[in-house]
Amino acid sequence: MKGRKTFLGVAVSLFLALVLTAPPVHAGGTLKVGVVTFLSGAAAGPFGVPAKNAAELVVDALNNNMVPEPYNTPGIGGKKIEMVLIDEAGSATQQVTEFRNLVQKKGVDVVIGYISSGHCLAIAPVAEELKALTILFDCGTPRIFEEASYKYVFRTGPTATIDSVGAARYIVDLKPDLKSVSGINQDYAWGHDSWNDFISALKVLKPDVEVKNELFPKLFKGQYGAEISSLLVNPADFIHSSFWGGDMEAFVLQGSARGLFDEQTAILTTGETAMFRLDIPEGTVLGARGPFGVYAPKSKLNDWFRSNYIEKYKTPPTYPSYKMAQAFFGLKTAYEKAMKSSKNPTKEDIIKAFEYLEFVSPAGKVKMALGKGHQALQESVYGQFTKAGGKPSVKNVKRYPPECVSPPDGVKSLDWIKGGMKGAKCD
Amino acid sequence: MRRKDRTYPILVGLFLLFSGAVFFTPRWFSFLLTVAVARSLVVLGVVLLMRAGLVSFGQGFFYCIGGYVAGFSSNAFGVTDAGAVVILAALGAVVAGAIVGLLLCNYRDIFFAMLTLALSMILYSVIVKNPALGGSDGFNVPPPTILGISPEAVDPRVSLPLFTFAVAFLLYALAHRYFLSGFGYAGLALRMNEIRLEYLSLSARALVFLKYILAGVLASVGGALIAYISGHVDPELAYWTTSGEFVFIALLGGTGHVLAPLAGGVVFEVIRSYAFDLAPSLWQMVLGVILLLMIIFMPEGLWSLTERFLERKRDEAAP
Repeated sequence: MKGRKTFLGVAVSLFLALVLTAPPVHAGGTLKVGVVTFLSGAAAGPFGVPAKNAAELVVDALNNNMVPEPYNTPGIGGKKIEMVLIDEAGSATQQVTEFRNLVQKKGVDVVIGYISSGHCLAIAPVAEELKALTILFDCGTPRIFEEASYKYVFRTGPTATIDSVGAARYIVDLKPDLKSVSGINQDYAWGHDSWNDFISALKVLKPDVEVKNELFPKLFKGQYGAEISSLLVNPADFIHSSFWGGDMEAFVLQGSARGLFDEQTAILTTGETAMFRLDIPEGTVLGARGPFGVYAPKSKLNDWFRSNYIEKYKTPPTYPSYKMAQAFFGLKTAYEKAMKSSKNPTKEDIIKAFEYLEFVSPAGKVKMALGKGHQALQESVYGQFTKAGGKPSVKNVKRYPPECVSPPDGVKSLDWIKGGMKGAKCD
Repeated sequence: MRRKDRTYPILVGLFLLFSGAVFFTPRWFSFLLTVAVARSLVVLGVVLLMRAGLVSFGQGFFYCIGGYVAGFSSNAFGVTDAGAVVILAALGAVVAGAIVGLLLCNYRDIFFAMLTLALSMILYSVIVKNPALGGSDGFNVPPPTILGISPEAVDPRVSLPLFTFAVAFLLYALAHRYFLSGFGYAGLALRMNEIRLEYLSLSARALVFLKYILAGVLASVGGALIAYISGHVDPELAYWTTSGEFVFIALLGGTGHVLAPLAGGVVFEVIRSYAFDLAPSLWQMVLGVILLLMIIFMPEGLWSLTERFLERKRDEAAP
């Protein structure tokens, strides 16, 4: 009988220890921020880890008051930031569980995270249910604020719409007499949406453009021999691709080897993530999903961010790093704005301050102008890859103001594009 | 000597215990428990097949069907009652299982495993390629009414776990009854010697067919419940790693008893959740090492602990 008692005792005490560990009470001076980004899987290398690095850098610098103007005050509203890091890998169910753990068990004040659009879609209603302030930093699908409206959810990064519209505008500016395009995109929501937005926008600008190839190889295929053949047989002026990570690198390497880019120019909408590690053909059009990375306008804040990031991680920060930093600076601005009306702002105060907020990040000005003030709006920037003195760089950079590449608030992206992009202001 | 079967009272007791947890434990824990119980239904199906010597690497096929039945019922057809949807999900699994089961009942071992995997991956790619089905990002599933009770009347954070536990424990009781029935034991015979089974005038093919459908129903109901619990469905439900996870949990729990998948499911969710928290970059390794240790030291799964424990008790009782 003794054995049974010990067994029961152990089981019960384990259970109690597990369940009754309440979230630790906040010491007056800390702000707990949950950070969710890919730490494993295919998206970790190109997106997740650069974002995590930026989060660590910014949190560290803010806590030690090392950030230049306008963020030269310690922490967030004087509170020390405590970061809780979670891997974004796994299913949506798993991410919902982990999100609840962050909020209900770890007691975080804010969650910043999510690269996958599917995860963002799944998390938003849960954030609303838990009344948990949540900042989506990277995912691109415009569906989030176009299909629903949320009170507790913000997105400080621009939607994917600006990438596609910007890309279409850029190639028309680059080659006004362009006749044809091809597209090669991954066979899942991101690839299809990117291509649809891009080709719809291009057809508004150039109604008689001819589509030579419309290819959707499966995600993570890695071998593009057949696709490259058909792109070569039926050449176009430009090849649009929203490939990312290993797929993009494989496509560029295999395409270069077969001379695919000798006559045709590739548009890589996420190409900036690989520009410092991949031998990209001269003249390739590179996107950074906004004014990030090499396209970030010069400022003291940007110089600080870039040089410190390079010093710490030995590689320049790419767009996921910028977008993560941007989320933190957005939060800091909103929080401190809310503090002006009350010393200890409630969630409601912060939300009110965050809506329609304008703030600066290392990537320049950000306006929370869409989705009833919950969705950021930024300019779209494109340029061409070049090697300046042996170092990867960009030339012919063009910036398109937010109103030129984004629908007005309340209009769905694809409807706006197909309706002729009415009201776009591009000067 | 046969022990007295106390499974049914234990099931009732567990149901009461889990239901109590909804009221007396923190929300994150009762949520974790709800996810674990719903997913353990899928594992129960895997175990049901394993007892017959069949390993399915494709239970995600039915898990996904269940999830999408729930999603489309509420979003497209206005059927928002969880009770009705669970029945629809079960029917969906019977129809789908009956069609593909005709093919699968001819295969065993690795061929069976690979074919089930292939089927779930076909479903995965069909959904991913189809924007009308929500594409790879999936879509949200609003909170259901539960047997006529609207989410406004009773907090779904209370009603949904209770409903999940009720459905799950009912199915556990039925599964236990099945394990003890002639057909249930025929599964063990199927694993050991198919030819002798045929000489008992039982058709091995019919048996595999039946078991495949039953396992499918369990997975589909689990999927429908998960759709409501997480509020979102995406094609990941049918991805092979999802199915692999169910096999993992089945190995973790063991196949010795109907409650083994439940034990495995709860332990797995708790371990994963803590691994996520404590080792955000290494959680897969934690799970991998645990699986490895399980296979080496406890090949019969967690459930073998109770066997060892009961044996010791009997030894102590003996003079």
